[in-house]
Amino acid sequence: MDFINAVMILFGMFAVTFGVRFVLFASAHKVVMPAFFERALKFVPVAVLTSIIMPMILMPNEVLDVSFTNYWLIGGMAAFLVGILWQKQLLTIGVGIFVFFLAKYLFSL
Amino acid sequence: MSTYKDMKIGAIASIPMIVGGVPFGLLFGSLASSYDLSPWFAVAMSAFVFAGSAQFVALGLIALDAPLWVIVSTTFIVNLRHLLYAADLVKFVKHLPFSVRLWMGFGLIDETYAAVRPLYGTGEANEKTGHFVYLGSFLSFYLMWNLTTLIGVAFGELIPEMSEWGMEFAMVATFIGIITPYLKHVSFWACMVSAGGSAILLVDLPNNLGLLVSAVIGVLVGYFCDASRQADTSLQVSENREV
Repeated sequence: MDFINAVMILFGMFAVTFGVRFVLFASAHKVVMPAFFERALKFVPVAVLTSIIMPMILMPNEVLDVSFTNYWLIGGMAAFLVGILWQKQLLTIGVGIFVFFLAKYLFSL
Repeated sequence: MSTYKDMKIGAIASIPMIVGGVPFGLLFGSLASSYDLSPWFAVAMSAFVFAGSAQFVALGLIALDAPLWVIVSTTFIVNLRHLLYAADLVKFVKHLPFSVRLWMGFGLIDETYAAVRPLYGTGEANEKTGHFVYLGSFLSFYLMWNLTTLIGVAFGELIPEMSEWGMEFAMVATFIGIITPYLKHVSFWACMVSAGGSAILLVDLPNNLGLLVSAVIGVLVGYFCDASRQADTSLQVSENREV
C-alpha cells in the first residue's frame, strides 16, 4: 500500500464515520423530532447495548454455548440478576466481573 | 459546578468500559503491525477515524487488498448505528454552539453514548453541564484508544494472548449495569429480548449488519409494545369515565 492509497483510505473512513455521527448534530438547532420518534428513541440504549453484548455472552467462541461452563454467560447472568434486584450500576459491574473471573478460574482448574 | 468536576463525572462513568477497551486497542495495534502495515497507519487510523469495530473490519479488508470504495462503504455500514445515538442525543445538544457539536460528533462512540446518556436521565448531566461530562468521557476513551494502539503497534508481539484474559467482560458488565435500570416496564423487556434474540440469529450477517438490524428491531418492538400499552390505559380510562 503506497502513501497516497493509505491517505485516501484514512480520509474516506474518517469522512463516513464523522459524517454519520455529525449529520444530525449539524442541524440539531433546527431539527424537530416528531413525538412518536422521540418515544421510539428511548429504546435505543437497551436495544443497541443488548445487541452488542448478546453474541459476546452466548457465543464467546463463535458458536452458541448455553452451558454452565460458559463463564461469559455465568458472569452475565450474575450481573443481570444483581442489576435487576438492586439497580446499582457499580454493584452490578463489580459482582459481574467477580463472578466472571471466579468462574473462569474454577473451570480452568 | 466546575468544568473539571463535570468532566470527571464523565470520565469516572467511563472507567469500566475503558478497562474493557484496553485489550481491543492493543489487539488492533498488534494486528496492524502483524499485517505489515506501516506503524503510522494504524496510529493515524485510531487518531482520525476513532471507531473500534470499523477499524478492525477495515484492517481485514486491507489485508485482502479490497478496493477503496469497499473499505469506505463497509466503514459506513458498520458505523450506521451511531445515527441512532445522534438522534437520541439531538434534544440535549441542540442549544450548543456549532463548534461544540462538531467535536461531540467526532467523539460519538458506543461507549461514550453508553456512559453519558444515562447521566442525562439522572440529572448528573444537563443542558448546562452535559457537554463537559461528555468531553470527560470522550477524552478518556480517546486517550486510551490511541495509547493502546501505539503500545500494540510497538510491543504487540510481547503481550501474547492478552485477548484471552477476558478484560472485555468489564464492558459487558457495564452495559448490563446500564440496561437493567430501564427494565421497569414490559416494553423495555420486550425490547431487550427481541434485540438480544435477533442479535444471536443475525450474527452471521456481514459488516455488523446483524447488530444494526437487531437494534432497530428492538427499538420497534419496544415502541409498539409501549404504544399498545398506552392504548390499553387510555381505553381503561375512558371505560372508567363511562362508569
